[in-house]
Amino acid sequence: MIEPLMIKIANIEKSYGDLKALKGISLEVEKGELFGLIGPDGAGKTTLMRILVTLLLPDKGFASLDGLDVVADFRKIRLMVGYMPGRFSLYQDLTVEENLQFFATVFGGTVKKNYHLIKDIYSQIEPFKNRPAGKLSGGMKQKLALSCALIHAPKVLILDEPTTGVDAVSRKEFWEMLNNLRKMGITIMVSTPYMDEANLCDRVALFQNGNVLSVDTPKNITNSFSRKLLSVKIESTAQRFETVNLLKQLKGVDSVFSFGDTIHVTCGQKDMDENSIRKYLMAKGQQNVSVDEISASIEDVFMELMQKVDN
Amino acid sequence: MAQNTKLTDSNHCQLSIVNCQLRAPIIEVKNLVKKFGRFVADDHLTFDVYPGEIFGFLGANGAGKTTAIRMICGLLEPTSGELKVAGFDGYHEREKIKRNIGYMSQKFSLYEDLTVYENIRLYAGIYGISRKVRLEKTDELLKKLNLEDSRDKLVGGLPLGWKQKLAFSLAVFHSPKVVFLDEPSGGVDPLTRRTFWDLIYEVAHQGITIFVTTHYMDEAEYCDRVAIMSEGKIVALDTPAALKSEFQADSMDGVFLKIARNKE
Repeated sequence: MIEPLMIKIANIEKSYGDLKALKGISLEVEKGELFGLIGPDGAGKTTLMRILVTLLLPDKGFASLDGLDVVADFRKIRLMVGYMPGRFSLYQDLTVEENLQFFATVFGGTVKKNYHLIKDIYSQIEPFKNRPAGKLSGGMKQKLALSCALIHAPKVLILDEPTTGVDAVSRKEFWEMLNNLRKMGITIMVSTPYMDEANLCDRVALFQNGNVLSVDTPKNITNSFSRKLLSVKIESTAQRFETVNLLKQLKGVDSVFSFGDTIHVTCGQKDMDENSIRKYLMAKGQQNVSVDEISASIEDVFMELMQKVDN
Repeated sequence: MAQNTKLTDSNHCQLSIVNCQLRAPIIEVKNLVKKFGRFVADDHLTFDVYPGEIFGFLGANGAGKTTAIRMICGLLEPTSGELKVAGFDGYHEREKIKRNIGYMSQKFSLYEDLTVYENIRLYAGIYGISRKVRLEKTDELLKKLNLEDSRDKLVGGLPLGWKQKLAFSLAVFHSPKVVFLDEPSGGVDPLTRRTFWDLIYEVAHQGITIFVTTHYMDEAEYCDRVAIMSEGKIVALDTPAALKSEFQADSMDGVFLKIARNKE
């Protein structure tokens, strides 16, 4: 029997005092997948990751990496997993090169042995190899941390919010690096609070308040949106506050949210159409309004699922 | 209904940005420079921000945003150039600037080991608000944020979204002319992020100028105008719509990426 699973999580629970951080999580990640944990701060993403990398014991439930139990086999797991915590945790007073050598040696290897894995990433920071890690820019720190997490050739990479607080350009570069690593066959679990990054994963789990709201491919998740979604575009941002308030007063409308330069309105499939909303806003004195039916984004679905849970 | 009328009224000054710009700017920055030794953090910045505007300030990490904000808030003396905030000089009247602005950052804003009410008292005290006004405004604020039952709870135990709304409300508690928001909405869920922006819009429509930095490009679209910094300079400044057409991008994300690519 061939089991292509790399990560198996079954009914994991974890509490800190009265706070239930994980309320019975079950997930499976296949070998070679780029799997995303998507959710806000406090959703339980970090707790789950720390359990998987054996830094935290679960209260209940079971989890394994490549068939190894996270509790019983913790020593073996530590050798085969690469972990990048949310907070920069390299040695700030060691140089770039010294950090890399340290992590290679701790795992009983050499930089040379697995250099092919980090070549594309490390070559970008190599010109600064004699600089203390603490003196690197945000984007460069990230590249060094990823190199250090990879230098012992792990089967699984666990990355906790690697793109939080990072500018849009560095974020894009980082995802390109992850995509290349996936092509080399490394299984990657990555967490992020940025909903738009869900589309860059093979599959994602949407996390909220210690629960998984949904697990699927980004495409299936967006297809699961059950309401009608209309995008309202207005000419100037100065109108937005008033337009949002007007739409909220409209009968038959379920939710009204700003979305970039548009406003997303959800309603039942037959309750409302483009024309009725446009006419309503024009009648209220709004000018140059355009309304289109659109398909949902991950963020639309996330908010819909959150509201269902709240009700 | 009365509230609606009020909103429409204040809308008039917002309705066109041209109208707004007829008024005197609330922040005036001209050839502003800040050097640390030989390193030029901010290189001849020039821009104006107008009353009631939501002004977005974007840029890659290390582009010089934080240094610029620290000067505009009166925390750092400029090396050269002109700076006026709320009518006060950025060199000699920095204390007055501080009194007329509000500031909120994602990293630090509230004392976690004080209660909700103690935090309000502390802020009110720092800004010299009288006891009478404080008591009035406190009830109003707690009611508006649905925090009446949490008045005597430690802030550290509140959900992140509540903390954020409280921190923002306290940053404008003394009715400043400008409020600075440094990545105010990091890490919260998309629903909370939007109710937070509703709050920002409400305050802007009361005439308080909003100066905001963010890494969420969709939030850049919520601003009236956006300045983008790169390597110590302002490389783009306009409404989101104008920037998108100038850079032929369909989102601010696209604008940002094109600017960064041009630099390479």
